[in-house]
Amino acid sequence: MRRFHYFLKDKLAALSLAIISITVIAGIFAPWIAPNDPEEVHMELRFASASWEYLLGNDHLGRCILSRLIYGIRPSVLWVLVALVASVGIGAVIGFIAGYFKGRIDAFLMRICDVMLSFPGYVMTLAIIGILGVGLENILLAFVLMKWAWFARIIRTSVMAYAESDYVKFSKVLGMGSLRIMRKHILPVSLPDIAVTSSSAYSSMVLQLSGFSFLGLGIQAPHAEWGMMLNEAREVMFSRPEMMLAPGITTILFVTAVNFFTDSLQVALDPKLGISGKKRQGRPDSVAGRIQRNEVA
Amino acid sequence: MGRYIFKRGLISVPLLLVVSFLTFILNSLSPMDPAEVVLHAQGVPRITDELLEETRLALGLDRPLLVRYWNWFLSCLRLDFGDSYVTGKPVWSLLGPAFLNTLKLTMVSVVAIIILSIALGVLCALREGKLLDKSIRGISFVLTAMPSYLLASLLVLYFSVKLDLLPTNGMDTIGSYILPVTVITISYAGIYFRIVRSSMLSSLNEDYVLYGRACGLPERKITRRILRNSLQVAVSVFCMAIPIILGSTVVVENIFAWPGLGTLSVNSILSRDFPIIQAYVLILAASFVIVNTFSDMVNAWVNPKLREDG
Repeated sequence: MRRFHYFLKDKLAALSLAIISITVIAGIFAPWIAPNDPEEVHMELRFASASWEYLLGNDHLGRCILSRLIYGIRPSVLWVLVALVASVGIGAVIGFIAGYFKGRIDAFLMRICDVMLSFPGYVMTLAIIGILGVGLENILLAFVLMKWAWFARIIRTSVMAYAESDYVKFSKVLGMGSLRIMRKHILPVSLPDIAVTSSSAYSSMVLQLSGFSFLGLGIQAPHAEWGMMLNEAREVMFSRPEMMLAPGITTILFVTAVNFFTDSLQVALDPKLGISGKKRQGRPDSVAGRIQRNEVA
Repeated sequence: MGRYIFKRGLISVPLLLVVSFLTFILNSLSPMDPAEVVLHAQGVPRITDELLEETRLALGLDRPLLVRYWNWFLSCLRLDFGDSYVTGKPVWSLLGPAFLNTLKLTMVSVVAIIILSIALGVLCALREGKLLDKSIRGISFVLTAMPSYLLASLLVLYFSVKLDLLPTNGMDTIGSYILPVTVITISYAGIYFRIVRSSMLSSLNEDYVLYGRACGLPERKITRRILRNSLQVAVSVFCMAIPIILGSTVVVENIFAWPGLGTLSVNSILSRDFPIIQAYVLILAASFVIVNTFSDMVNAWVNPKLREDG
C-alpha cells in the first residue's frame, strides 16, 4: 500500500490513472452515459458540427460521434483488456510452473514458448484472422494465442529469481506445500514484474487492435470502434479532415495515459528505482528488454 | 565462437520444421471446407456435391495429413506454394515481387531508424534533464502513442494534398519512399532511441569515465568511448528489430498502397485466398527465425559473455 501511495504522489501517474479509470467506467456504463443511440442514422444531419444535442457533431451518416466514441470504448479498450487478462493468466500459470519446478517441465514448456515466439505476432494475428474470418473475436483470440508465450517467458524469469531465495528454501524445509509457497511467497514479489509487463503490452495491443479495425479486419459496421471510426473519417479526409480529430485524439490520449501509467508503475514498484529520485535517471536495461519485442501498430 | 555458431544454427533447424508444420495445419483450423472455399473463390455459381468431391480429389485432400504435409513441404522448398484460389496464378509469382518490395521498404526504414535513434539517443543522453532532452522525449511519447495510420493520414493530408510535394501511393519514384519510411521510422525510433539513451546514461556512471575525466581527457574523446560501449546494446536491439518491422509494415503498406506483402495479405484475407495466406505466414515466420538466428550470432560475436549460455 505504501508503494501505491508513492505512486499517487506522482502527479502525472495520478492523472493517467484517472484517464484510464474514467474511460473504463464510461465504457462499462455506455448505455447510461452516451447521450444518443450510436447507430441511429440521421441523413439530414450529415457532418453537422457540434450542437447541444450532439456535443461532438455527427459523422457521415449523421450518427452521434460522442456516443460512438463512448460505445467504441467497449471493443477498443475493454475487450482488449479481457484478452490481456486471459493471456497474462495463461502465461502466469505456465511461467510459475516452469520457473518453480524447473528441470524437464521447464525445458519442455520453454521449447513450446520458443516455437510460439518464433512466429512474428503481427503475421500470426493476420493468419488467424485469415483462417477463421474477419471479426473482433478472432483478433482477440489471436492476441491470446500469440501473447501468452511472451508473458510466460517473463514471468518465468521473475519467478526463477525468487524461487532461489532463502525464505522460499526455508519454507520448503518447513514442509510448506508448493502451491502455498507460490501463493504466499512468490506471487506477491513477482506481481510488480507482471503488472509492468502487462501494462506495457496493453498499450501496444490497443494500438494493434485499432490498426486491424482500421484495415477493416476487426469489428464490422454498424458497431462503433475507434480504429474503424478513423477509417470512416479517412474516406472523407480531403473534404472533412476535422472528422479525424475526435477518435484520433481519444486514442492518443488513452494510449499515452497507459504508457505514462506503465512508466510510473515501474518506478513506484521497483524498490531500486523508487526511493531516491536521483537514481531514476539510469532507467535499467530491463525496460529495454521489455520493449524490444513489442510491436508497434 | 565457431562452436557457438554451429550450435545456434542447429537449433533453428527443428524450429523451422515445427514452424512449417504449424503453418501447414493452420488451414485445417478453418471452419470452412477448403474445397468449398476454392469453388466460392472461383465464383462457381452452383456448388454440387459431385463438384465438391472432384475439387477435393484435385487438391489431394483425400490423402492423410502427414503425407500432404510432406508433399507440401517439399514443394515449398522449390518455392512452389501452389496456385492462388482466386486468380489461379502460382502463389510465388505474386508473393515473390511483393516480398522484395516489403524488404526494400523495411531495409530503408531500418537504416533510417538506426540513424535517427542513435542520433537522438546520444543527443538526449548528453543533454540529460535539459530542455532539449525533455522535449524530445515528450514529443516521442506522444508520437509512439499515435496509431501509425493516423500519422500516415495526417502526413498525406499535409505533404501530398496541401503542399502537393510527395506521391500518396505506389512505389514509382524515390519520392514515394519518403512518406511510408517516415511513418515507420517515427513509430519505432521513438522506442529505440530511449534504449540508446538509457544505455548511454548507464555507461556515463562507469568508473572508466571517471578515470578518463581525472586524467584530463577531452570530453569529446570520453564521449566517443562511451558511445562505443553503449552501442553494443543498441546492436542487439536493432538486430531484433528487423524481423519485427518486416512483419508489421501491414498497416503502412495498406495506406500507401505499397505493392508489398502487407497489401497482398490483407487482400487475400478479405478474399479468403488460403494458399497465399499460408505462404505469407511461412515466408515471414521462416525469415523471422533465420534473422533471429543471425542476430544471436552477431550478438555473440560482439559480446563474448553471451556465448557461454548458448
